[in-house]
Formats: sequence, C-alpha cells, structure tokens
Amino acid sequence: MKKTALNHVHKALGAKMIPFAGYEMPVSYTGVIDEHLQVREHVGIFDVSHMGEFFVKGEGALPLLQYVTSNDVSKLTPGKIQYSCLPDGNGGIVDDLLVYCLEENHYMLVVNASNIEKDWKWINSHNSFDAVLTDRSDDYALFAVQGPRAVLALRTLTDMNLKEMKYYTFEQGRFFNVEDVIVSATGYTGSGGFEIYVPNREAERIWEAILAAGAVAEIKPIGLAARDTLRLEMGFCLYGNDIDETTSPIEAGLGWITKFSKDFIDKERLQEQKTHGTQRRLVGFEMTDRGIPRQAYPIMNKEGETIGHVTSGTQSPSLDKAIGMGYVATTYIDPGTEIFIDMRGKPRKAVVVRPPFYREEGE
Amino acid sequence: MNIPQDLKYTKDHEWVRIEGNTAFVGITDYAQGELGDIVFVEIETEGEELDSGEVFGTIEAVKTVSDLFMPFAGKVEEVNTELESNPEAVNDEPYGKGWMIKISFDDSADLSELLDAEGYKEVVG
Repeated sequence: MKKTALNHVHKALGAKMIPFAGYEMPVSYTGVIDEHLQVREHVGIFDVSHMGEFFVKGEGALPLLQYVTSNDVSKLTPGKIQYSCLPDGNGGIVDDLLVYCLEENHYMLVVNASNIEKDWKWINSHNSFDAVLTDRSDDYALFAVQGPRAVLALRTLTDMNLKEMKYYTFEQGRFFNVEDVIVSATGYTGSGGFEIYVPNREAERIWEAILAAGAVAEIKPIGLAARDTLRLEMGFCLYGNDIDETTSPIEAGLGWITKFSKDFIDKERLQEQKTHGTQRRLVGFEMTDRGIPRQAYPIMNKEGETIGHVTSGTQSPSLDKAIGMGYVATTYIDPGTEIFIDMRGKPRKAVVVRPPFYREEGE
Repeated sequence: MNIPQDLKYTKDHEWVRIEGNTAFVGITDYAQGELGDIVFVEIETEGEELDSGEVFGTIEAVKTVSDLFMPFAGKVEEVNTELESNPEAVNDEPYGKGWMIKISFDDSADLSELLDAEGYKEVVG
C-alpha cells in the first residue's frame, strides 16, 4: 500500500488509518462528528496527497483537453480553475477532475487517486494532438485547509492575498519560504478555504507550519470520514459512489459542466440526453423515517416498486438528520416527492430535496 | 483499550454481564471505537425469544451500519430505551449506560462459546 509523505505524522497524531484508493490514509483523528463541525465552524486541515496531478503542456494541450473533458477549457485564463469530467465514449464517466490553467498552453489536472492510472492511460490514448503529458502524482502533497477561519489560519505564511482570492482561482508563489506553491480557493466541503499543492520534500515542514500558524484559528487535522460527510451535505458527487462508468454526466446533474459549444468525446450522445431527457436522474433526499441510507440500498415508490438505488448516504452532523443521494426514475425527481428506502427489507420514508442539504447561515 | 475482567465476550465484539439467569448485553469499547460516532441504536425485538446468533437489533454509526447478535439463546426482556435519545452513550460508556438489552435464559442456553477477557484480548489483537 502507498503512503503519503505525512503518514508517520498522522499516526503520531493518533489517527485511525484505513486503506483508501491504494493509500493508507487517516479516516479520523478524534471522531467524525467533531471533525465535521470543526470545519463548519472553525477550520481544519486535510491531507489529500493521494490525489493525482497531471501536467499538460504545449500547443496541443488545449485541443487535447477540449476533446477529452466535458467543460469548455477555452474559457479558462491563467489563474482560473474549472470543474469537469472525462466522458468515457460509452455514455459513462472515466473520472471527474479539476483543470487549472497555469499559463497559456499549460494546464494541471487534479484527478481522483483511485483513477490515476486509468485516467493517465485514457488521456494519453487520445493524445493525437502532441501535447506533452507528465504524471507528477508522486511528487506532490496536497493539503486542504477548509472552514470559515481558513484565511486567519494561513495569512502569516504567504504574501498571497488569500482574503481576496475568488472561488475557483489560484495563485502560484512563495508559501512558508517554499517557491512555486499553488494555493487555490477550492475545496470539497462547502465551508470555503484553500487547497495547497506542495512538493513532497517540503510537505512535512509546511504541514507543521500550517498547524503552528493556524493555532490562532484553532486549526485541527480532519480525516476522510468528515471529508465525506462534508461533501455529501453539499450534494457534491463522489466518483465511485454517485458517478462512475455506468452514469452519464447528464443523469448525474453535471449538465452545467457539459458544454456543447465544442467537440468532445460523447458530445452527440450527451446532447441527445440533454435535449430529450434521461430515464433516471441523481437526486438528493432526506429521511423522514428513522435510519441512515447506505450505498446500494434500493429506492422504491409507495407501491413498493423499485425505482432506483442509493449512491451515498450518511447522518448529517450539521443538520442532525439522515441524508442521501441516489438515482431514481425521472418521474420521481421533483422536490417534495415521497420515496422509500429499502433498509435491509424495511421500507423507510424519505423525501426528495434539492441539494445542497446544508446552507451557510445568512445565505 | 478497555476490556473489563468481570465480563464475558463474543467474537462479534459484544460483552455479556451474567447475573443468575439474566444477562446484560452491549458492544465492546473496541467495537464502538471501530464504528465511530453512533447515531441510532434500533432494537425492535423486546419480548421475543431468539436463538444464539440471531439479530436482535442494528446499530448505525455515521460511517456504517452493523447488526447486533444474540450471544446465546434467550428472551429479550428489556431494551435500554435511554439509547433512543442518547445513542452516544454507547461511545462514551460502552460497558455502562451504553448497555443494549437484558436477556433471560434457561439451562438450555449454551454459554460455552463465550470468551473471557483474556480470550477477547486475543481476538482484537
């Protein structure tokens, strides 16, 4: 099993470690509910160094990325980031990813750890554009500093203007005396904050520096379990749960990152789905009966007929109720529709809602 | 890890406190730690006679769900209703306020499979 540069640091902090996407990763430090609320109310730091980083360079970079991703990469200017996905040519999704425009003809792709090898082969197999691809996944550590106090936690470590950094933009520069660190205003929690890409050899020094500088904001390390509950409260898709090779971006509600203004893999098929609709759609739901929905539980209508299945579910620590996402037949997607989750043979009532489940106060 | 000497244990990470022909059952400190934050304990078998290994309830943590098994044959006499409003008691005091059911049993119940504290310590390594 692979280890991130911080493996021994997590163990020393008393983290519970689990195998995840081929890496030994911290799933929790003190408890998922505590850690979740820490991010919602204060600030937390996640080691997500297992994520993959590819660099795409040269004249062929833009045409290659336009062809393999669903979003319109030509809209990106240096310093901007785009959420996108890789359609698989068969109506499914190879992976979802972030595309960073570093400079003209130079991009960084951030992909899921479990898909690094698959994505690498997939993108290379379509590189008839002579773009220069480099897989730097093993060279980079990635820390997510998330929560309303993220700026307070980080501001003494860099001259970058973190406070003014707009969502889905980034800067590259000096961070705690290390050059060329990428700091982006992105994350997977819905509580704001930053993601910080650092070379592995500096990873431990920077992690310790963030914990020390962040003490003023009471920063704490957060594990993957809370990362999952935080993203699920926002209705963000998780590859392997809510999207995969059997789900289309349109079914998954990712039409907003599928742009038909350009040619790309599966364009015609997805355009057809967008125009004429799909048989099923990904929806969010809240339990009104007791019980927590789990991946693969069947979803039924009130007549007891199976209309879909759960892809993600949890007890929401912020809302203190059980929430989930799943695919249902298109006649059941309207908010307020009553559905039933088959919890090991027992039908439990739930209601379709439009994510995000959690909204910051005042929004 | 807390494994009290005066209790018996199962390989399913439950503890049993035997008092004459009744027994209290809960999950071990190790089990609550592995499950993480517990949010529901659902036991709908009060009054039922169940066989050894039969499911008497389920426990839902944020991350996962787990069945609860009868440590030996008996009747579910009482359910700890406090857990409905305070399921985190299982995390905080697995051997105390976090108890789950009280069983009555007769001489036909087979207690020979139960482990003592030393035996359970080997199970959890």
